[in-house]
Amino acid sequence: MNTFKNIFDQYNWNDTLTSILSKTETDVIRALSHPNRGLEDFKALVSPAAKPFLEEMAQISSQVTKKRFGNTIQMYAPMYLSNECQNICTYCGFSMTNKIPRRTLTDQEILREVDFLKSKGYNHVLLVTGEANKTVGVEYIKKAIQLIRSKFANITIEVQPLDQSDYELLKKSGLYAVLVYQETYHRQEYKHHHPKGRKSNFDYRLETPDRLGRAGIHKIGLGALFGLEDWRADSFFTALHLQYLQKTYWKTKYSISFPRLRPHSGGLEPKVAMTDSDLVQLICAYRLFDEDVELSMSTRESEVFREHIVTLGITSISAESKTNPGGYVVEPQSLEQFEISDERPTEEVVQMLKNKGLDVVWKDWAYNWQ
Amino acid sequence: MDTLKIADKEFSSRLFTGTGKFSSSEVMRDALLVSESELITVALKRVDIHNESDDILTHLNHPRINLLPNTSGVRDAREAVFAARLAREALETNWIKLEVHPDPKYLLPDPVETLKAAEELVKLGFVVMPYIHADPVLCKRLEEVGVQCVMPLGAPIGSNKGLKTLDFLEIIIDQSNVPVVVDAGIGSPSHAANAMEIGADAVLVNTAIAVSEQPIKMAKAFKMAVEAGRMAYKAKLAPIIQQAEASSPLTSFLNEDM
Repeated sequence: MNTFKNIFDQYNWNDTLTSILSKTETDVIRALSHPNRGLEDFKALVSPAAKPFLEEMAQISSQVTKKRFGNTIQMYAPMYLSNECQNICTYCGFSMTNKIPRRTLTDQEILREVDFLKSKGYNHVLLVTGEANKTVGVEYIKKAIQLIRSKFANITIEVQPLDQSDYELLKKSGLYAVLVYQETYHRQEYKHHHPKGRKSNFDYRLETPDRLGRAGIHKIGLGALFGLEDWRADSFFTALHLQYLQKTYWKTKYSISFPRLRPHSGGLEPKVAMTDSDLVQLICAYRLFDEDVELSMSTRESEVFREHIVTLGITSISAESKTNPGGYVVEPQSLEQFEISDERPTEEVVQMLKNKGLDVVWKDWAYNWQ
Repeated sequence: MDTLKIADKEFSSRLFTGTGKFSSSEVMRDALLVSESELITVALKRVDIHNESDDILTHLNHPRINLLPNTSGVRDAREAVFAARLAREALETNWIKLEVHPDPKYLLPDPVETLKAAEELVKLGFVVMPYIHADPVLCKRLEEVGVQCVMPLGAPIGSNKGLKTLDFLEIIIDQSNVPVVVDAGIGSPSHAANAMEIGADAVLVNTAIAVSEQPIKMAKAFKMAVEAGRMAYKAKLAPIIQQAEASSPLTSFLNEDM
């Protein structure tokens, strides 16, 4: 079966990185001057040569986003269901070898968390778990979706990669979207950061969006975890992945996220730093490359950064997030997957968005449509 | 008076509008009131039908405004029919703007699924207003299944590119027995005026108003442009003459004394 792997295997990491780093001012000007931009243009826009053009990129990104998405921004909230995990990931607070109390929410606990999020106005929810197939397998996720489906307009999951038939089953239960980040597209580094557990299978993860596309999931979220490897190359492969998926599964929506490594229990220092300026450059580069892709920003980033970035190309954000199971009301003091940075309450973030002239969209789907 | 009749309703404004992309519900309401639009489309997926104080709906509560729910977000005929039924129940209207665009990138309508859904919805008693490509044959097929108007696009939705499909719109207008509403792509008042001049019965504008720096002013500009275009159409435009030619070199011999 044809999958992204066939395309991915034609590329070499080092050659790709060299090609990005050798882009010139002329390449950047060419990329800025025509509206139909391709992968070579994307390389130019993330290259060091584009740094002097950052303001120009931001201006175009802002205009294009406004045209496509209007003066709006969508709100969502993550809800962690479990921190049980049988993977070892060097950068994650839930990693199997970390000695932390493990917890998986019961139905009653889930509903208490739901009530809290509903009271804040949330209608789009992101369910997150670690990978523990016996206790938090497909059956648990299905039951959780069924439990809360009538309470949210839109349910997204960020869990372990599953088989196509599992996604089909979850879709029937009310699942709308799935986020599955490759973490890094550098095969060897991936192995280094995921030495044990099912997650160590690079190819199975790489082909997950293909399985999602075939299962007819409405939206697929892509991304890389910045800090593991060179962000420019990882972003290029994300863009390559996006372009392949859009042409193959043309009825599916796509979103991109930009997680940067955050401090957590048992922490790992970023191998490759990504500055605020780099992240702005990348967000604008994605927007210039693809006018329609959704760009999402979590509370990993700081107040100040988020205040400025919401008018530069971002289309959905979270607020007041907790990254521990039961973190909102059930067990607020338990250990987080990572520390969030923007800790303001939802109301404050909403006010900030209004002050920026943005209409907050809480609902953009209906759970019973599918 | 030059009114437009669709199904059982008469409209004195030929500017239909949308509710997306505004910076706040207040700006939306103010702009739409200034536009004097009487038919305003709202995406069902954006409305919280279980919430009586839904922000969009409460701001559109005005005697002049008729709500036109749309099925934006559905991917096939089955989902469209389901959404239309929900809309009828929730908003108590049997009017539906039928949008089936399975491609989330360019939001281009699926002609096959649209025709299928239109046929079904007409049977269920809906007033169906389908958003479609500027495809003259599809417009006739939709007319045959009983839609109350057709809504061909001028350019991809939200693109503000104007009447890229002009030649086909002219054929549709020439052939149609139901009102033709040019929907999508209208980016400036001159585009709207142009559509009205060629004989469109109405236009639908959203992005160009909502995303403008001053939506209220822009709403008024569109209102004026639509009126001007309509008036020009009724007054019959003077023919376009490529070049002025004082004499008639080929036929002047006819006037000469033989």
